[in-house]
Amino acid sequence: MDVSETQANGNGNAIRADKVSRHYQMGGATIRAVHEISLEVRAGEFLALLGASGSGKSTLLNLIAGLDRPTSGAILAQGRDLAGMTSEDLAKHRNRTIGIVFQSFQLLPRMTLEENVELPLRLAEVPRAERPGRVREALDRVGLAARVKHRPSELSGGEQQRAAIARALVNQPMILLADEPTGNLDSKTGDEIMHLIAGIHRPASGAGRTVIMVTHERALAEQYADRIVTLSDGAIAREERLR
Amino acid sequence: MKLGDLTELAARNLREAILRNSLTTLGIAVGVASLVALLSLGVGLQQLVNRSVARAGLFDTVSVRPRQNTPFGQPGGGRRNPRDAASDLVPPRVLDDAARKEIAALPNVLEVNPEERFTAEARLEPNTQLVMVAGMPPSSQNSGTLDGLMGSFFSGPDAEEVIVQGDMAKRLLNEGQPPASLLGKEITLRFAQRQALPPPSQQAASDPPNQAVGPDEEAMGFSIVPSEKNFRVIGVTPSSDSGGGPVGFNNAGIYLPLAVAEKLQVVQQSDLREMSRSGAADGVRYAALNVRASSPAAVAAIESSIAQMGFTSFSLIDVTRNLRTFFAIFDLFLGIFGSLALAVASLGIINTLVMAILERRREIGVLKALGAADRDVRQLFFAEAGVMGLAGGIFGVALGWAIGRAIQFATAVYLRRQGMNSPNIWSVPLWLVLGAVAFAVVVSLVSGIYPASRAAKLDPVEALRYE
Ligand SMILES: Nc1ncnc2c1ncn2[C@@H]1O[C@H](COP(=O)(O)OP(=O)(O)O)[C@@H](O)[C@H]1O
Ligand SMILES: [Mg+2]
Repeated sequence: MDVSETQANGNGNAIRADKVSRHYQMGGATIRAVHEISLEVRAGEFLALLGASGSGKSTLLNLIAGLDRPTSGAILAQGRDLAGMTSEDLAKHRNRTIGIVFQSFQLLPRMTLEENVELPLRLAEVPRAERPGRVREALDRVGLAARVKHRPSELSGGEQQRAAIARALVNQPMILLADEPTGNLDSKTGDEIMHLIAGIHRPASGAGRTVIMVTHERALAEQYADRIVTLSDGAIAREERLR
Repeated sequence: MKLGDLTELAARNLREAILRNSLTTLGIAVGVASLVALLSLGVGLQQLVNRSVARAGLFDTVSVRPRQNTPFGQPGGGRRNPRDAASDLVPPRVLDDAARKEIAALPNVLEVNPEERFTAEARLEPNTQLVMVAGMPPSSQNSGTLDGLMGSFFSGPDAEEVIVQGDMAKRLLNEGQPPASLLGKEITLRFAQRQALPPPSQQAASDPPNQAVGPDEEAMGFSIVPSEKNFRVIGVTPSSDSGGGPVGFNNAGIYLPLAVAEKLQVVQQSDLREMSRSGAADGVRYAALNVRASSPAAVAAIESSIAQMGFTSFSLIDVTRNLRTFFAIFDLFLGIFGSLALAVASLGIINTLVMAILERRREIGVLKALGAADRDVRQLFFAEAGVMGLAGGIFGVALGWAIGRAIQFATAVYLRRQGMNSPNIWSVPLWLVLGAVAFAVVVSLVSGIYPASRAAKLDPVEALRYE
């Protein structure tokens, strides 16, 4: 069994970033949104990315998600280099390996919860017969089984974010990425969402998941994360291991 | 994504912006409708012409004439039929009774009739008209040539009766009288008759050259005298403006029973030529024979046999070939005009889809974040264009059909009010229906290329930031 296999399956790295940069050219100036960040995230770890607004957290998360490509450096997800992937493979990586949750939920407003959650299954070409069961299961897990026919606009913010989490998990990805998942929620609802994410990271039974969460609330990070990486001006300013 | 999911998502996206997409689809439908309406009119007119030509039984008729300008013959005028080139080695022959019998014996030949055509002056006091007169064989009664005939066909092969073409009837009558009022009237035909010369012995006796027979006539072997004869009008064909009347190469203003026309001994155009060629007149010579074949398919073989005998032949099969070319070009033009409307509609598709991209930026971003590849996004937009094209195509064919029906109905009402029969000028064949729908889909897909590739290239990070 080779190294990458071990990394992919067990206690190896879920994500490894190697001197990753993402620069933007604005007129004559170069904006270093992310500059030469090296980072390792173990499989099953809960990592919090902390930092002020504009410090490069979202940019780094998008690079890990494969939504964006680095200007330089390498990112390996479960041992596979994203830079070497075709855009088709990268799409598959977004679809199967990771699940993403955004601050503003990003549910499609014209679709019911059920249909929103079905989308990743459609893209993965999961057989039609299998889909309703998996959709139901995912929505059940976030406590929305009774709301499957509702549209996002008929739900509270917390419920919408839970639906988004169901959508992120329906394809059973190994890694959950969350960009300020509680940013648009009041603190009580935010706590509920964090509780849900913690349960996904380390469920009462069954396998856990790697979680990388962007937040600017230190308290949340300290409460749930195994490790906190603080960014500043596109670079790592501090690293703290909590558990 | 699977095709089923693509069409499902596409249909649902189209439903969401129902008004705009319906208008775009309607644009395609109007384009397809104009294409279908124009082309079905073209097809209908073509069928109308084909029908009337076929009805007149003209595809199965071959006209035979003596060959004139060959290496063996005397110098004569006229252009040579290129078909004769192969039979150049066959010496030209006189078109006499023997030849007529020989042609009649050819396989698939139903009948052979002499072509009797001459110019005469028709008189019905106080009007006179110069008119082309033709002899008509009894078989013409059922050939369709005389569709819509008022009155009746000749009572017998030797009846001294005429059938007058509608336009000619109008000209012979006084202003305002309907053509049918000519029925039963007597008209006088004045024509040039050939008369045999008196025997040569008599001629020699009356020494100073006599007045009646000049040296030219002597050379011809007959003399020409003006003659006239009365005929009763028994039938009148519809006039050309009511879409009827005889068509084809036997077209004339007045028709006589063929046997009667032969007996009139009218000077034929070719008489002088024939005489100068063979010197003396002995036996019957025909200027032309009309051969009727059992079917149009037999015409080519008959024509080549006739060429082998040393005659020139002509059939309408050659003419309809040109007619078909004409209609192909006519349809092409109608098609181009119809396609222009569809081209305008395709701009509507491009516009609608580009607008949809702007509106659905975030949705495209979300789809990509969830794992949609560029290809999936592109196909989704293609599917939307295709569904609009399909719906527009089907609706457009129905609309075009309705427009065609309306045109047909309006024409029929108009023609009926003018007292004419209304032919079917409009036809929607299945190939046109399927072709139009397929064309609409293809045009829509082509229109979707640009919007679809633009949507596919959308940067998801940008799209998701966009609020
Ligand atoms: N497309 C872009 N063009 C130019 N600058 C950008 C672009 N995207 C992000 N940036 C810049 O990169 C920096 C990091 O942004 P971001 O990762 O969104 O920060 P965070 O999520 O930590 O608030 C910011 O200064 C931002 O203005
Ligand atoms: Mg951010």
